[in-house]
Amino acid sequence: MAKKKTIRTIPQQRSPVREQDPRERVRNFAEVNCGFRVEDALNEAERCLLCPDPACVEGCPVSIDIPGFIRKLSAKDFRGAYDVITGTNLLPAICGRVCPQESQCEGVCPVGETLEPVAIGRLERFVGDTAIAERWTNIPYIEPSGFRIGIVGSGPAGMACAADMAKAGCDVTVYEAFHQAGGVLKYGIPDFRLPNAVIDAEIENLRKLGVKFECNTLVGRLFTIEQMIDEMGYDAVFVGTGAGCPTLLGIPGDFLNGVLSANELLTRCNLMLAREFPTYDTPVPFGRRVAVIGSGNTAMDAMRVCLRLGAEKVHCIYRRTKAESPARAEEIHHAEEEGIEFHWLTNPVEILDDGKGNVRGMRCIRMALGEPDESGRRRPVPVAASEFDFECDMIVFAIGTNANPIIGQTAKLKLNKRGYIETDANLATSMAGVFAGGDIVTGAATVIEAMGAGRKAARSMKAYLGIRDTGVDDLAGPNGSAGKLFGIDVRERNFARIRVA
Amino acid sequence: MPRILEARSLTPVTKYFRIDAPLIAAVAKPGQFVMLRVREGGERIPITIADYDRAAGTLTIVVQEVGATTQRVCALEAGDEILDVAGPLGGHIEIPLGGHVCGVGGGFGSAALLCLMREFSARGDRTTAILGARSKDLLILADELRPVCSDVEICTDDGSAGMKGFVTQRLAQLIAGDGPGRPDYVIAIGPMAMMRAVAETTREPKVKTLVSMDPLMVDGTGMCGGCRVTVGGKAQFACVDGPCFDAHQVDFEVAMRRNKAYVREEKRAVERLACLGVCRT
Repeated sequence: MAKKKTIRTIPQQRSPVREQDPRERVRNFAEVNCGFRVEDALNEAERCLLCPDPACVEGCPVSIDIPGFIRKLSAKDFRGAYDVITGTNLLPAICGRVCPQESQCEGVCPVGETLEPVAIGRLERFVGDTAIAERWTNIPYIEPSGFRIGIVGSGPAGMACAADMAKAGCDVTVYEAFHQAGGVLKYGIPDFRLPNAVIDAEIENLRKLGVKFECNTLVGRLFTIEQMIDEMGYDAVFVGTGAGCPTLLGIPGDFLNGVLSANELLTRCNLMLAREFPTYDTPVPFGRRVAVIGSGNTAMDAMRVCLRLGAEKVHCIYRRTKAESPARAEEIHHAEEEGIEFHWLTNPVEILDDGKGNVRGMRCIRMALGEPDESGRRRPVPVAASEFDFECDMIVFAIGTNANPIIGQTAKLKLNKRGYIETDANLATSMAGVFAGGDIVTGAATVIEAMGAGRKAARSMKAYLGIRDTGVDDLAGPNGSAGKLFGIDVRERNFARIRVA
Repeated sequence: MPRILEARSLTPVTKYFRIDAPLIAAVAKPGQFVMLRVREGGERIPITIADYDRAAGTLTIVVQEVGATTQRVCALEAGDEILDVAGPLGGHIEIPLGGHVCGVGGGFGSAALLCLMREFSARGDRTTAILGARSKDLLILADELRPVCSDVEICTDDGSAGMKGFVTQRLAQLIAGDGPGRPDYVIAIGPMAMMRAVAETTREPKVKTLVSMDPLMVDGTGMCGGCRVTVGGKAQFACVDGPCFDAHQVDFEVAMRRNKAYVREEKRAVERLACLGVCRT
């Protein structure tokens, strides 16, 4: 038995993570963060105190048995670590990259009280990447339950729900409006943060679980949610269509050429690979001097994409200050390193025409912070007579998204006043057998919250269908995931374990 | 992948395709469109649904060569498959029963009148199609439209078929009571300049008019706003709120300017395609 670790005996410094040099990386779309090498991961794993009552598990929206997988890592049992993580989370390579760990698992890690917290996200990513490189998959043989499940939307919520329902023996079909599955992971988050190859590998794992993906299918137009239940024979439906409809600026000049939503820019660039134009057919607008309005993760992505497309200068225009910025600290840091210029407490009031219908610049006004609003953040108020003109030739707005209206218009689901689907605490909608989760219920949130909602909805669907749910996700503890696979206890005789390696 | 069952050239630059797409054919309605992608790495382009046969499970589209992607589409033949066809997208046209419906088709826009005229004739509306083209050779689908509407009126710029003049001149005559008479509803589909001219023709006499907007689109499902048009001073997304809008509310100046946003890139793509040897059929 090794000596009990204390805050004094563990490595004091976080393992360094290799990153592409900022001057190099602004010229390519390759991943910025190169991930841990084996020795980095082992060293970082040593920093975990293996708390008996781990706060990090509480901090994780899907309660991954974090000390459990770190213990396996320390023992150099990488496969074991992968099995522990996939007991609760099927997409570690994605979540390890995109979760805002500082406000989740790492934010409550006790090591963080005196030193830097354990780099849980980077360790999870290390395990996920190792699994992809080694082609590990956990495919249980599952006794078919005979139920058919329809899932609308193939983003993180839909993927997580599909995985859980497939594991419960259901015949799962996922409908996607685009020609490729993945939702925001594919069209939104750029390759330098989350390579599309990683998503494809994770989707391939779902296919191995028996999940079918039907692309080019816009539910609401080709058929309705009602038809899925009544005519198409689905026993339950999960709606995870996200909040993909961009909020427009609504100021004079916002229809000028050269003004576009971050969604449009990112879709063109990430999904349609417009950055490879004309090898790929989709064009992307080019700006020398770009202003991105907003300061969330989407704005950071848009700015960094513009730099990589060859912009000379990219500016961030935000009406609050850096402290209120909703983007991850790491993203702002990366953007700063790459030379993005931030203009805090600045708001556009008008976009200026060059006389030919293109953007010449914009008129901005300075802001000051007033009283806190309902979100708890101090409300920005304009400073009188502080207008000034800002020169730019392309404007990208990333000021938030709304519910896409199609499902709301075409299904008789109860919506709230902002157009999002109303559900009860178990994510059941007003229509029997129809569940919903992710951004279409909560409004724009994080990838991991959407995945958590997908899994919660899956639990409700199992209860609705009368499928026994072992509910082990909630039992993760020191030995929580031992002997369990995809959340199913191996002692239950409804599956045999097959390893594909 | 949807297979092409029939392909034939209507003019040197327009081609007619009948595609095996039973799911889309089962629910498509006049006014809706599909998004196509013809190759890996290809762009998504919106194409109006010209017609559908629910029993046969087929969808008809007419594609005009205007750039690199439409050249690639028009190089396809019967038996070929189309990589991605998503639809039906957009809202369909809804007008009250029992009026006189006049469809105005400019150039390849006439194709979209096929299902429109057939559906409105079938429910008992009086239907008139006004087809316009520069000359007789560029006129399409007049023979196919005759059996599905009460009247077909033809206008050519050079007078080589039907009346010499623009569709708007014939439309003005109808509104004045000439020929098939004053229409209650006008639906114009074709080049933006033609739709704008129709809107101006019907504005004063106050004839309700719809136009089918064709802005640049990426997804066609309402998630990017690239297709936004100004209607009655408000921003609308053509792919979910349209594509058909009240012609008298649409800001055509803005729409026409926005459609030119990528002319340079479009030219580059065509030049590159020529170098690759993927030529017109």
